[in-house]
Amino acid sequence: MQPLTNRSKVVVKKEMSLYERIYLPAVISGMMITFSHFFRKKPTIQYPEQTRAFSGVYRGQHVLKRDDNGAERCTACGLCAVACPAEAITMTAAERKPGEEKLYREEKYAAVYEINMLRCIFCGDCEDACPKEAIFLTDRKVNSEVNRKSFIYGKNVLVEGIEKEKRVDVSLRQTAAVLAFKKHKEFDHNS
Amino acid sequence: MTLGYVIYKLILVVVVFAVTLLIAMYSTYAERKVAGFLQDRLGPNRAGWFGILQPVADAVKLFMKEEMIPSVSNRTLFILAPGLSLLTACMTGVVIPWGTSLTLFGTSYSLQVTDVNIGILYLFGVVSIGVYGIMIGGWASNNKYSLLGALRASSQMISYEVAMGLSIIALIMTTGTLSVGQIAAQQHGWHWNILVQPLGCLIFIICAFAETNRAPFDLPECEQELVGGYHTEYSSMKMGFYLFAEYINMFISSAVISTFYFGGYNMPFVGRFIHDPNLLAVCGVVFLFAKIFFGIFFFMWVRWTIPRFRYDQLMNLGWKTLIPLSILNLVLTGAWMMRHEILSVFIK
Repeated sequence: MQPLTNRSKVVVKKEMSLYERIYLPAVISGMMITFSHFFRKKPTIQYPEQTRAFSGVYRGQHVLKRDDNGAERCTACGLCAVACPAEAITMTAAERKPGEEKLYREEKYAAVYEINMLRCIFCGDCEDACPKEAIFLTDRKVNSEVNRKSFIYGKNVLVEGIEKEKRVDVSLRQTAAVLAFKKHKEFDHNS
Repeated sequence: MTLGYVIYKLILVVVVFAVTLLIAMYSTYAERKVAGFLQDRLGPNRAGWFGILQPVADAVKLFMKEEMIPSVSNRTLFILAPGLSLLTACMTGVVIPWGTSLTLFGTSYSLQVTDVNIGILYLFGVVSIGVYGIMIGGWASNNKYSLLGALRASSQMISYEVAMGLSIIALIMTTGTLSVGQIAAQQHGWHWNILVQPLGCLIFIICAFAETNRAPFDLPECEQELVGGYHTEYSSMKMGFYLFAEYINMFISSAVISTFYFGGYNMPFVGRFIHDPNLLAVCGVVFLFAKIFFGIFFFMWVRWTIPRFRYDQLMNLGWKTLIPLSILNLVLTGAWMMRHEILSVFIK
């Protein structure tokens, strides 16, 4: 049979020489190996004080984006809920009243928007499905909670703040390929 | 025997006891730290500066743990065994010469608790009793794993005591004394016994590993086969006592190896620079402890390098290798000591 690599070795069960049977030289060389590790640089990251940077496309807790004027982008079309393989997203739509133009971008908006974080598998399909660039996954971690109910995140958790400093940056998820795709004329209405 | 003498001996005993316990306590920390560093980790580093308070946290944890005594166990023996283990471990410290002697206000105070003229026999006697702690604990637990661990421990300790005793007999032949204090005193300057008895030293160190149940001879508590070995059923501070006894044994073994073979409190060339006898005695203590700490580090270094022996390999090594080697050592030592008489037979 043709060997896949040249690394295979045929096992020979030969008598050990006296040098090998004394065992002490092997012990000493082994101890030298462990001792060389004693002074080696440790790869440990001191977790709560130091953290490792996430990947730019890390998929963590969701955010519901506002547009530049501070109006919610979500129109409660329900495409994210349909796309969701875990059926984690539910929403109730409502009609925008006169005078609420500052709050909601279009005539229809989500009165209730809930994601069950225990069901969510963080696949990012909701983000792909969204035609309004409203929902994104971010590099934030979902907190631990003490009961199951608390894991159902409503709009109070999901929607980002109006103020500039409370906005959630999702530019890392907008890779060059994503931006090129979003330039397609079908997405004109978003810009 | 004056009152002052009694007080001085009492203070010495308490100091030796306290230092032994302190070193055993910090050996647990050192073990984890050394293990970490040898495996490219950092080891405990959260409790205090570099994790220096870790032993305290461990002790608190052990005391707070629930105490379990199996209902089918022999209650009296079950409680007695860890205490016996710790007691025998602590008893060996009295014959070790921790230094020469301090002269304060015209009186000389020896830094050895008692220099009995059969110190080596005393050491061996106490070490032999040490197996009872493990044996009784394993038997009283009424658990198969514990019993197997205890059986392994006792057969291992008895087997290796033979080779250890034979290697020590060769040492006694060259030094001509059974007093540990005199053996230490004889090794001033470069007259370390390892240079006279290299093979005996090697055998003694290997047997010391087996006697203290340390890797690569830690079969009595081999986790993969016996859960926890003889202390499977133990919890809380009783378990802590067993672990403590192991570390005290390691400390005392290092002290004995240093005293028997590595010059004890002696260090070459120190006498040329320091002439004050009191300062010299203090330096001697420092040197002895430096040697002991290296010994403890060596114990840990070996533990985190070498895999455990199989049981038949352990017995083969003990009975078929170490005992013949130590007898050979004995014969060679005798022949060397009698070389003039032997030569005179042929030359005459």
